[in-house]
Amino acid sequence: MPDNSQFSVSAVEQERAAYRAQERRRSVLTSVASSVALAVALIVLLKFSPGWPRVKESFVSAEYFALAWPQVVDGLLLNIRVLGVALVGVAVLGTSLALIRMTTSAVMFPLRVLARFYTTIMRGIPMIVVLYLIGFGIPGLGLFGRIDKAVLGTIAVIMSYSAYIAEVLRAGFQDVHPSQRASARSLGLTTAQTMWYVIIPQGLRKIAPALMNDFISMQKDVGLISTLGAVDAVRAAQIVVAKTYNFTPYVVASILFILMSVPFILINDWYSERLRKREQTGGMV
Amino acid sequence: MASTDFSQNKKVLRIDNVVKRFGDLTVLDHISFDVHQHETVALLGPSGSGKSTVMKCINLLEQVNDGQIWLGDTDLTDPREDQDKIRSRIGVVFQQFNLFSHMTVLDNVTLAARKVHKWPREKAEDKAMGLLRRIGMDTKAKEYPDRLSGGQQQRVAICRALMMEPELLLLDEITSALDPLLVGEVLEMVGELKKQGATILMATHEMTFAHDAADRIVLLRRGHIAENGSPEEVMDNPTDPETQQFFAAYNRV
Repeated sequence: MPDNSQFSVSAVEQERAAYRAQERRRSVLTSVASSVALAVALIVLLKFSPGWPRVKESFVSAEYFALAWPQVVDGLLLNIRVLGVALVGVAVLGTSLALIRMTTSAVMFPLRVLARFYTTIMRGIPMIVVLYLIGFGIPGLGLFGRIDKAVLGTIAVIMSYSAYIAEVLRAGFQDVHPSQRASARSLGLTTAQTMWYVIIPQGLRKIAPALMNDFISMQKDVGLISTLGAVDAVRAAQIVVAKTYNFTPYVVASILFILMSVPFILINDWYSERLRKREQTGGMV
Repeated sequence: MASTDFSQNKKVLRIDNVVKRFGDLTVLDHISFDVHQHETVALLGPSGSGKSTVMKCINLLEQVNDGQIWLGDTDLTDPREDQDKIRSRIGVVFQQFNLFSHMTVLDNVTLAARKVHKWPREKAEDKAMGLLRRIGMDTKAKEYPDRLSGGQQQRVAICRALMMEPELLLLDEITSALDPLLVGEVLEMVGELKKQGATILMATHEMTFAHDAADRIVLLRRGHIAENGSPEEVMDNPTDPETQQFFAAYNRV
C-alpha cells in the first residue's frame, strides 16, 4: 500500500485510496460476522447435544478446576525443568549426530555408520516405546542403582528428539551453497573451520523455523514422562482424576501446556515472518 | 598499455602436462604453461574449453588426473602437501563473488587472517580497512554483502583474496555476473593490482580488457593450448584460422 500522506496526490489516487479503505472496512465487518456466526453455531451445537450437562460437569467444573490447579502447576514445574535439560541435551547430541553424519574422513567411518543407524532406528520407534525401553529397561539392568523417573524420562526425550533434530540440522547445513564452502576453503580455512564459521551459521538461519517447531513439539512431549510415573503436570492431573472421578484436571493441564507454548509459537511466527519479508522484498502476491 | 616480457622472472606457477577428465570426457589434455612473477596472464577460450577447470585444479577444488602443478617450489598435486596451507598462498576471486552473507564486509575480509593465521582482530581490521579505503569501500565495512551492488561485492571479494598477500591471484570470470556498467570499476581495480606488481592468472571473456591488461594470453581450445603469446601476437595478428575466427566472433558483439 503506497503511503502518500505527506504528498498531495491526484484525483485518481484519491479515488483509489477511498475505494481501498471501503474494501478494508467491508472485509473487517465480514470477518467479524463470520466469527460470530461460527461461535454461535458451536454454542448451539453444545447446548443441544443430549450429553452436554454431564460433559460440562466432568470436564469444565469450576470446583475441580480450583482443586487441581495448584497440584498441576507443581507438576508443570517438573516439565519445565525436564524441558530445559532436554533442550541442552538435544542441542548437543543432535548437532554431534548431524556433524558426524557429514564427515568424510576414514577415521570417522564407524561413527558415521553408527550415527546413521541411530537416526534411522530412533525416528522409527514411537516415542512412548522409547520411554518404556529407557524407563523400565535401564533400571532393569541394575547397574546404576535407583534412578529418578524424571531423569530416565529426560534421557528418553533427548534420545528420541536428537534423531529428528540431527536430520533437520543436516538438511540445513547441506543446503548452504557449495560455493560458500569452496570460497572458505580457498581462504585456507580447514574443513572444521569452514563448518564452524561459514556453514553452521548460514545453515542455522535457514532451518530456524523448523527447529522452533520441533522445540514446540518437544515442549508438549515432555508430558509423556508421566507414563513412567514421574509426577509431572499430566501425572498430577491423573492423580486428582483418580481421586475425584472428574476430568477437569486434564483440562487444567492442557491449558497450562498451551500457555507454556504460546510465547514460543509467537516467537516462531514472528521470526518466520521476518525471514519471509527479508527474502521476498517488495512482493504483493 | 603494452605488454611486458616477464619470462626472465621466477616462475610463480608452473602447470606441467596436466590432464583432467570427467568420466570419459577429457577436459584438459596435457596442458602446460607458466605464470611468472608480476605477470598478468589471461586465460581465454570458448565456454567449455576448460578455463574454469584449470582454475579449480590450481585451487585444489579438483584433483588432476595426471601431470603436476607447481606453486613456487611446492608441487600442489602431491597428496602429501598440506592443502589448506597451499590454498592460503593463493588468492581466489569467483564469478559469483561468494561473500559470506552472514558476515559484514569487514568480517569477510578479515576471516582468514583471524582464524587461519591467528592475527589479533585489531591487526586484521587495521589491514582490512586499509585495503577497503584504497577502493573507497571503508564506509561500507559494517554493511552486509546483500546491501551492496554486484560491483561493490566483487571488489570486496578481491580485497578478501588480497588480505594475506597471496603469491598468486586467481580471477575466475570475475566480471561475468556483473551489470555492464559495473564491470569497469572491477577491471579498474585489477589494473591497479597489476601496477602494484601482483601476479595474476585470470579467466575472462572481457577481450578488450585481456588485450589491454594482460602481458600474455593463453588460449584454450578443446582441452589443448591453442595459443600462448603476447596480446599483440595472439589477438592482433593471429595466424591460425580458428583463432582468427574466435576473436572475430567477439569483435562482432
